[in-house]
Amino acid sequence: MLDAAIIGAVLASVVAAATTLLLASLGELVAERAGTLNLGVEGMMIVGAAVGYVTAYGSGSLLLGTLAAVLAGMALSLVFAVLAIWLATNQVASGLATTILGLGLAGLIGASFVGTQLAGAPQLHIAGLTELPILGKALFGQDAFVYVSFLLLAAVTYTLARTRIGLVLRAVGENHAAAHALGHPVRGIRTLAVMFGGACAGLAGAHLSLAYTPFWAADMTAGRGWIALALVVFSAWRPLWLLGGAYLFGAVSILQLHVQGFGLGIPSQFLSALPYLATIIALVVISALKHGRGAPASLGVPFVPDR
Amino acid sequence: MPLRLERLENVSPLRHAMAPVVAALVTLVVGAVMFVALGHDPVHAFTIYFIEPLGDAYTLQELVVKASPLLLIGIGLSFCYRANRWNIGAEGQYVAGAVLGSWLALATHGTEAGPWVLPAMLVLGAVGGALWGLIPAFLRVRFGASEILTSLMLVYVAQLGLDYLVRGPWRDPAGFNFPQSVTFDDVALMPLLMEDGRLHGGIVIALLAVIAATFVLGRTLVGFSIELAGSAPRAAAFAGFDEKRVTYGVFAVSGALAGLAGIIEVAGPIGQLQPSISPGYGFTAIIAAMLGRLHPVGILVASLVLALTYIGGEAAQITMRLPFDVTRVFQGTLLIAILAADILVRYRIRRVEGTTHA
Repeated sequence: MLDAAIIGAVLASVVAAATTLLLASLGELVAERAGTLNLGVEGMMIVGAAVGYVTAYGSGSLLLGTLAAVLAGMALSLVFAVLAIWLATNQVASGLATTILGLGLAGLIGASFVGTQLAGAPQLHIAGLTELPILGKALFGQDAFVYVSFLLLAAVTYTLARTRIGLVLRAVGENHAAAHALGHPVRGIRTLAVMFGGACAGLAGAHLSLAYTPFWAADMTAGRGWIALALVVFSAWRPLWLLGGAYLFGAVSILQLHVQGFGLGIPSQFLSALPYLATIIALVVISALKHGRGAPASLGVPFVPDR
Repeated sequence: MPLRLERLENVSPLRHAMAPVVAALVTLVVGAVMFVALGHDPVHAFTIYFIEPLGDAYTLQELVVKASPLLLIGIGLSFCYRANRWNIGAEGQYVAGAVLGSWLALATHGTEAGPWVLPAMLVLGAVGGALWGLIPAFLRVRFGASEILTSLMLVYVAQLGLDYLVRGPWRDPAGFNFPQSVTFDDVALMPLLMEDGRLHGGIVIALLAVIAATFVLGRTLVGFSIELAGSAPRAAAFAGFDEKRVTYGVFAVSGALAGLAGIIEVAGPIGQLQPSISPGYGFTAIIAAMLGRLHPVGILVASLVLALTYIGGEAAQITMRLPFDVTRVFQGTLLIAILAADILVRYRIRRVEGTTHA
């Protein structure tokens, strides 16, 4: 039953499922390293999914759809940035508001596209490599989103650790008063970081509605934005660890689907609950081990210069 | 930066009270833009959305029926938010309460059980919600896990659990395979307040909660310790208030009230268990708590306003074929507007001359 072809297909779908999470959590990690907790990931992701799908459907261009999704995610992140960074409102409430608004907007945008379908992003095919057993399709047979997610991971890792921009961004997240005293525009940097997060969430949404499941369905993100937020905690705010986290959760969500398919007599709802339960367990384990260490010191604290 | 926020020395009570009003007006303007974008006459849309529901007795009753779960949950959440604990999983606690309370209704179904069933169901509902709410509290106190994420994840788990029950063991065997339980017996249903109509006993419970919460939050040491834990945690620690007990306490209260709202809804307007028992009350109640300034009476007013968006949304769905998401956009915009307005009344934006250094 479990021959190489099936294992290969499962691995390939794990990669696809993990890519959405990796993209969204990368963006949120950058926002959080700059000191802003944006709980609007779910909302920005679904707006990206809806705008991306509608644009791609109308224009016939997946590239245009992806671009529109990225811009839509950024636009919604700006709403959050104005509230949480410039008006210094409560970040938790502002993020929730962003998610609620995003879910509503996405529903409106996608309403007349329910039941339609797209061809979906093309997958790479390298003669010889893609046909390799087991790992061939997972590594060399994916759509562009997967490879972009790896490039982004490398870029974020390098930028945060090795460049001046990364250093300033981390300084703003660790001690905004000191960064401000040194003359760095704290709120400007945070706004850019949040917008990067919005762009990544929009891209993750585009991956969902243009490649992973190329159709539109209401609430199709199904909590992935929240899982991406949990992954940032799980990674202890280190980008490379996101890779492990995203693939672990991708694996859990794909494996539960396959177990459902085999019909082992376990109620499907219990299996569907696994990714959410796994998120809770992962949060508990990492929190128990680290207990607060690793989080940027100014995370969630609004910066008001004259205070 | 040419613009900066300047904190006002004294914010007059009038200015403070104006914030929700301004937020509502801003939301209406955004709503008008949305209706135009959707190709509808905004005046006509607003009439259907916000005016017509207030015009007849049936929809006015419906308004109160929809406001009462928001009120109960919102009051519970205000305990959490005052203490700076972020329970955003009230929707899950609502479902957990509905499930545990319904268990008794189904266990006594078709028996000679007396009028004790409904009160016992309400108690079980509150217990179920409180237990579900205590999970994130425990994970935060014991392991330091973010209650925001764990409470939200538990919403999905609770909904899937309910789905399993009504499609599996609790499905009505004579229900033509529909995923729903049997209709509850009369002793397991909320009594109606009037002979005909929709108003039920749950509304009285919600109003009692307003009075109780106003007293507890405003007049007791418990209320003070919650307030202090949220606004000055270090001072609270020096004063000898136990931070862990506050966490457990506020999650238990908000979970219990959400669970109570859940069982009231199932034993009241719905009358049986089904896969979906809430149009997102647990999330909308977050907005009710914020819009009501975390004060029970404020939450009462906010719940009525938000209930109007539900009723108007249903009316617009039927007569204008607008998707229900319009309501979610309204609710999200309202929350954004109130957050911004609350800050802007305390500050004024001033142009700063000369300095460009930000």
